[in-house]
Order: sequence, then structure tokens, then C-alpha cells
Amino acid sequence: MTALTFDFMQRALLAALLVGLTAPAVGIFLVQRRLALMGDGIGHVALTGVALGFLLGTAPVLTAVIAATIGAVVIELVRQQGRTGGDVALALLFYGGIAGGVLLIGLTPGGSNANLLSYLFGSLTAVSPTDVVLICLLSGALLLTLTVVGRQMFAVCHDEEYARVAGLPVRFLNLLLAVMAAVTVTVAMRVVGLLLVSALMVVPVATAQQLVRGFRATVVVALASGVLASVSGVLGSYYLDTAPGALIVVLALSGFALATLFGTLVRRARRTTDVAAPVGVALLPQEAPR
Amino acid sequence: MTSSVIDLQDGSAGYDGRLALSGVDLQVDAGEVVAVLGANGSGKSTLVRALLGLLPLTTGRLALFGEPVRRFSHWPRIGYVPQRGGASTGVPATVREVVATGRLARTGLRPMRAADRAAISRAMEAVGLAELARTSVATLSGGQQQRVLIARALTCEPDLLVLDEPTAGVDAANQQALASSLRTLVGHGATVLLVTHELGPMLPLITRAVTLADGRVLHDGPPPDSDHLHLHDHDHAHPVHDEHPSMQGSAWGLR
Repeated sequence: MTALTFDFMQRALLAALLVGLTAPAVGIFLVQRRLALMGDGIGHVALTGVALGFLLGTAPVLTAVIAATIGAVVIELVRQQGRTGGDVALALLFYGGIAGGVLLIGLTPGGSNANLLSYLFGSLTAVSPTDVVLICLLSGALLLTLTVVGRQMFAVCHDEEYARVAGLPVRFLNLLLAVMAAVTVTVAMRVVGLLLVSALMVVPVATAQQLVRGFRATVVVALASGVLASVSGVLGSYYLDTAPGALIVVLALSGFALATLFGTLVRRARRTTDVAAPVGVALLPQEAPR
Repeated sequence: MTSSVIDLQDGSAGYDGRLALSGVDLQVDAGEVVAVLGANGSGKSTLVRALLGLLPLTTGRLALFGEPVRRFSHWPRIGYVPQRGGASTGVPATVREVVATGRLARTGLRPMRAADRAAISRAMEAVGLAELARTSVATLSGGQQQRVLIARALTCEPDLLVLDEPTAGVDAANQQALASSLRTLVGHGATVLLVTHELGPMLPLITRAVTLADGRVLHDGPPPDSDHLHLHDHDHAHPVHDEHPSMQGSAWGLR
């Protein structure tokens, strides 16, 4: 493949591989606690960070990490505070993040919205050698953290109140998840783009749910489909000359559609074989759904 | 004093400034099986949440295993079975995966060892779910899900088991299964605090009953005998057929 002979493609592919692993790995916990849109909110806030980087003349990735982390922690604190208002808080961050980004880039001498475009949708040539090092370090830290606290995180996301009675550091783990989501967004930003990063955190998880039952199995299938979508999306966008983020998400969504079709067929096949079971079982009174 | 598993004195607690529990005294000693009875809204669940430290007391003093709750750190000694499971989270989990989370109270950050896995298997066997270990919790019936939550609480091998409405929405056969699981535990010397508005097959296990009404203790003494299963004052508030505990309360707009 000619694509692999280019340095920028090797960097983009390495970044895609890491993003394909980390985004669903962190995203699965957001989906589990029904905060699938949190990655989106963080992505919007990160845009303000990117523009701030341009304005200050520092690396946009650095300011994006800081802005995204602050945004994620604010979302989490608002969620912890009240039973309601979490979605409103997300909405405020969505709008504030985009508006702040566009406003700050306008204030930057010589800056225009075109500067933001590669951050919004991802770009193959954008992944610099420094970016690759940063992406490797951050992804490594994320995956390492998850292997250590993954079971605790699962327990907290599954039943927060029970986790508290079990003596787990619930508040810390919640904040840690928020920070991990923010880091994931920034890691994925160069390849997938801020507007589409959340898709790579959520869609592979949804795909896995069509095929398997059980959390561990969902993790495995989600990571596999995440890597498949991101790597083939980066390769494909080289040949099609499109923004990689868009192709990655389209591929991920196609995977979801296929998985849904496959899952439905399997379930239907299973149901037809189940008809052979004694009918009386199905007629027994069912318990009230909980 | 130190022999009390639970020692609550003059406890008051509530939500948003409204007291749901006022001036409650409750002592539970090791080996007791105490039922907390009362109608919906009588403060039963508030009491449980306060006892577990989930809801701070506005006034009063609480000690668990002889230690003030603020300094209490032996949470693995307490097994909590909440009213509703986390079955409706966004990602499916198997019975074993959910039950295993109970063991985290003992393992902390260290990896699971053979002894931990054995405890998880034992807990599933104790509630008769061993053969469903790899099934998704979301596909189980209400009674089976309730047993998953009990198994989860058992994995940390607790000295005190706190159950919040374990029989609500559970059919008669599963209620019997629950009762026999509890009987085994009690036989091993566990202390049990059971919150319910109907005792059903649990009745023979109960050593003491505490009845709440409007956030206060109405009655504290020996359990009602089986002839007077529904003697408590709270029953007047429920013109509902007794066989269907799950229909009480919300279905009648009493909450």
C-alpha cells in the first residue's frame, strides 16, 4: 500500500489505532451511566481551548486538554449536585464552548474559522510528530488507569449508591471518569475531530450491545469495532481524500447497522427454535416488570 | 453498647428540609433478625439510607459495630440489598459481573484471587443463581434480579445484611426462595435488618419487629404472630389485596 510509505500516514494510523482503543474504552462507562452525550459536550468546550491556544500562541492540544478537563469536571459537579439540570448544564457547555471557540479565534490576529476546521472534523496531515508522542502518552495513561480501576468504575457506573455503601471512593471515581473523558476527547481530536469524537466513544459500544450480552464481552467487541472503524477510516480517507473523522463515523455507523441486522436475525432464529419448547412455560404468570 | 451492631439514638433525617424521620431510636444486636415495617412514606427507606450513611442525620447519633458512623470504615461488614437494582443501566451485564462488584469492598484495587472468585460463586449458589451466571441481568425476572442483588451483598461475607423491600414485586415461589436463602444466612449467625411492608414467608425468621409511621417508631417488640400477619396500623391505609404487595402504594396513589 502506497499510503503506508508516507510519514504522515504512519502517524495518522498509529493515532487512529490508539484512538480506536481509548474512545470506546472510556465511552462504555459513559454509555453505562447514560451520559452518552457527555463526550459531545466536552468536545465543544475543547474547541474554546483550541482557539485559546491560537490566541496565546501555545500548542492548541495543551489548552484543549485544560479546557476540556475543566468542562468535564464542571459537568460532573453539576450532575452530583442536583437530580435535575444535568442536561441543561450540558446544553450550556455545548453553546458556550462553540461560541467561545469562534469568538476567541476571531480575536486572534490572522485567525479565522478555517483554523478550527481541522480540529472540528479531523485531518490526516494534522497529526504532527509531537502530537503522536502526546497521543501515545495520554492513551497509554488512559488504558493503564482503566486496567487498574476498571472494575471499580464498572461498580460505580452500575449502581452508585451500592458502591458508596461498599466503601468505594465514588466521588473520586466519578471525577476520574470525567477527566478521562476529557483526555480521550483531546486525544481523538486530531484524527476524528471534536464534533465527531463522541461518536467513536458511543457507536462501537452500541454496536457491541447488538451482538453480545455482558459487560466484559461488550468491552472486547467495542474496542475491536472501534479500532476497525478508525484504522480503516483513516486509510479510506487517504484514497477518497475526505476528512477522516467523517469516514470513521460513517464506517462505525455502518458497523452498527450490520450488527443490528445480524443481532435481529440471530434473535429471530433463536425464537423460532424456542417454539419447540413446552408452551405451558410461556403461559405461567409473569412477575411484574421492575 | 459496643455489642450493638446498629445503635441509632434520636435520629432525624430528611430531604430538602422536610423531615422523613424524626427522633427514631433503634438498637440491633448481633444475631437479631429485625423487620422494619410500615406503610409507604412511613420513613422505612429513609431509615435504611440514614443507617448506611447515604443520608446524613440532621440530629441524633449513629454507631455501627460500636463505631460512630463518621469514623466507621469497615464497610465490607455490611451487605446492602437496595430496593431496585441497577438493571437498567446503558450497558448489559451478566449475573456474575454484577455479583462480583460486591467483592470489591474486600479486594480494593488488588486483582481478584481464587478466594474472591470462590466467594462470588458461593454467593450465587446461596441464592440459587449459579446456573444463570452468564445470563444478562436485564433479561431476568424481578425475583431473580432481587436475588442477584442479595448475592452481590453476600460476596463480601457481611456480618450485617440490610435488605430494603426484598419481596416487592416478587412472586410467591421466589419469596420462598428468598426466605430459605435468608434462613441459611441467619443460621450462620448473620444479623439482618429487613425493611418490608409485608412479611410473608419471612415471618418465621423475624426475631423482632419495629413499626414506623410518619417517621416515628410506633411499635418495637416481638414479631406479630402469623394469625395477625396484618395487624399493624399501616394496613388500614392499604385497601389492597394482600397477595399483591407490588400493587400497593404507587398504584393507589398513596405515595
